[in-house]
Amino acid sequence: MTTATKESRKTVRGRPQLFTSYAREMSIFNTRVKRNWAIVGILALGILPFLLQRDMVALLTTVLIYAIGGIGLNLLTGYAGQVSLGQAFFMGLGAYTAAVLGGESKGDVIGLGWDMAIWLPLAGLVPAVIALVLAPLAARVRGLYLAILTLGLVFIGEHIFKEAKPITGGAGVGRAPADPVFLGFDLFSNQTILGYRIDRFTIFYFATLVIFLVLAFAARNFVRSRFGRNFAAVRDRDVAAEVMGVSLLRTKTLAFAVSSFYAGISGALLSIVIGRISPETWNIFLSIDFLAVVFIGGLATITGSIMGAVFVVLLPKLVNWITGFIPGAGGIGDGGLLNVFELQTIIFGLLIVLFLILEPRGLYGLWLRLRNYFKAWPFSF
Amino acid sequence: MEDLIASLVRGFGLGGLYALLGVSFVIIYRATGVINFATPALMILGAFFTGSFGNAVGLPFWLSVLLGMAVMAIIGMIIERVALRPMVGRPAFSAATVTVGIFIILLIVAGRLIGSELLTVNDPFGLNTIDVLGARLFTIDIARLVIALAAIAIVGLFLTRSRTGLAMRATAFDQETSLAQGINVGRMFGLSWGIAAAMAALAGALLTAGSSGVETTIALVALKALPVIILGGLDSIKGSVIAGLIIGVAESLTRTYQPEFAPWLGANFDVIVPYIIMIIVLMIRPYGLFGTKEVVRV
Repeated sequence: MTTATKESRKTVRGRPQLFTSYAREMSIFNTRVKRNWAIVGILALGILPFLLQRDMVALLTTVLIYAIGGIGLNLLTGYAGQVSLGQAFFMGLGAYTAAVLGGESKGDVIGLGWDMAIWLPLAGLVPAVIALVLAPLAARVRGLYLAILTLGLVFIGEHIFKEAKPITGGAGVGRAPADPVFLGFDLFSNQTILGYRIDRFTIFYFATLVIFLVLAFAARNFVRSRFGRNFAAVRDRDVAAEVMGVSLLRTKTLAFAVSSFYAGISGALLSIVIGRISPETWNIFLSIDFLAVVFIGGLATITGSIMGAVFVVLLPKLVNWITGFIPGAGGIGDGGLLNVFELQTIIFGLLIVLFLILEPRGLYGLWLRLRNYFKAWPFSF
Repeated sequence: MEDLIASLVRGFGLGGLYALLGVSFVIIYRATGVINFATPALMILGAFFTGSFGNAVGLPFWLSVLLGMAVMAIIGMIIERVALRPMVGRPAFSAATVTVGIFIILLIVAGRLIGSELLTVNDPFGLNTIDVLGARLFTIDIARLVIALAAIAIVGLFLTRSRTGLAMRATAFDQETSLAQGINVGRMFGLSWGIAAAMAALAGALLTAGSSGVETTIALVALKALPVIILGGLDSIKGSVIAGLIIGVAESLTRTYQPEFAPWLGANFDVIVPYIIMIIVLMIRPYGLFGTKEVVRV
């Protein structure tokens, strides 16, 4: 790199929005504040598990896994504008690919017991390949037709999962997931590292964190590439995009494949956290969960999907915690008007509705509003 | 032969239900351009109200069905006014996602209302059978088909013959022009939701009649009306009637013959037959049998 470009890529102190080169503007952290906050965030994610209790660490792992799946769906729904209810199906595919390759054989259930270094990429690639096969069909239909088509996919998938007993263990029985042994190192057992005893939840949390960071940055990088711009063009006006030379079939196929890759990885990791997977896990309600991650978090933002995942996964805990504080909530607790699970689900549904009506940009939109308020303070514009 | 007749009649009964639910979807889609994913929950709530009017209040079946439909029509209109009206002018899939949220809420509410006790709709059909050509047929199947077709015919007459029906069709055709002609477009949206919710309620009552009782698991039955509207075309009432019958019969025949002739397809394969038909249809005619082909403009 020459000195000139190096100079031009620097931000001018105090004027973070003044970009002197396109490369600077398009970089992942285009302002210093963003970069610093990202570093703080990652450091916080690194320290958190040592401060929290064990069940919270497991929950935090689930947050990261939901974030991976949410980012995947957001690439498809938020960036490429293709509404999909089929996320659960591709997650199931990923989980079973992982379980067959990395799990143990028991009875009639197949398991090859390979290393995580092999099954993890394949848990993403196999759903991606299946998506490649299905995509030409999905690319024929638009908008709500696609939502219905992918809904059908979930039901057909559930049936196949129930019937493919050697792979899935069959309905109501299920099977053990893959063993997360990475290059001989078991990521889901208590380990002693440099004299410190670290429990298995924390170990697996860090493994998930690394995978999450890699995939999140990859997604961030992907959407600012040529393909990301193609996605946005197809979303905003598919006919116009086609006229400008963006191949609809290719773009939609790519969106489906990438999204399914993320879904597969997320499904494989989720199955390990759950511990035992039955074919009923991958149903329409899981798909709705991920739709909620995307819509509550905000369409077409990676940061938003992460916020959405935090929100959706921690909501039950939050509801529990809050009902514990409200003295009159006796009618809401168990045995009262609604039990905690019902209350959660209702709040969940209400939030989807409210966010769509009041703040279509989701949590990320709320953050933007807050940021802009303080940026312009004391003025309102 | 007896098997064939019995499963055909069962299929037509099921098809009648699908047609009813399909029309419920189509009416909302035509008026507002939204696919109402909350229909399954509306159906269960309708069955619940019918059952409550029949059991708790002690009204005769027919009256409780009509009252259940009326209650659901009001609930449908309220949902439209509160949750869907603000979404006018937003992308269709955002509005459809709102209905997904409503689906979750109503499903929990319905589950809570029904509770753990068995609730039947007190219908006169039960498990009565009649013998035709040596085949034993359930009267409920015949009743389902007849009532569903009658209800759809009434809605069809209302849409084609009445002043309000004309206004509704005009709204479906072009909202702005109808507004300019003095039609209260918002009221037409509400009316569409009211009619659609009432039809879903009727479907719920008919589905629960002749079975064990009202349960939230019957929601999945209503989702099978989605393949029906894809096959028939999203905006065609005629299409959803024909497609409903086709899919009902196909499902019923599969249930009778698949375990014998193609056991390798697995247990309960008939449940996913509608979706498989839907995928095949989408490959050949993406806008269904009677749907209007979408004209795309830049």
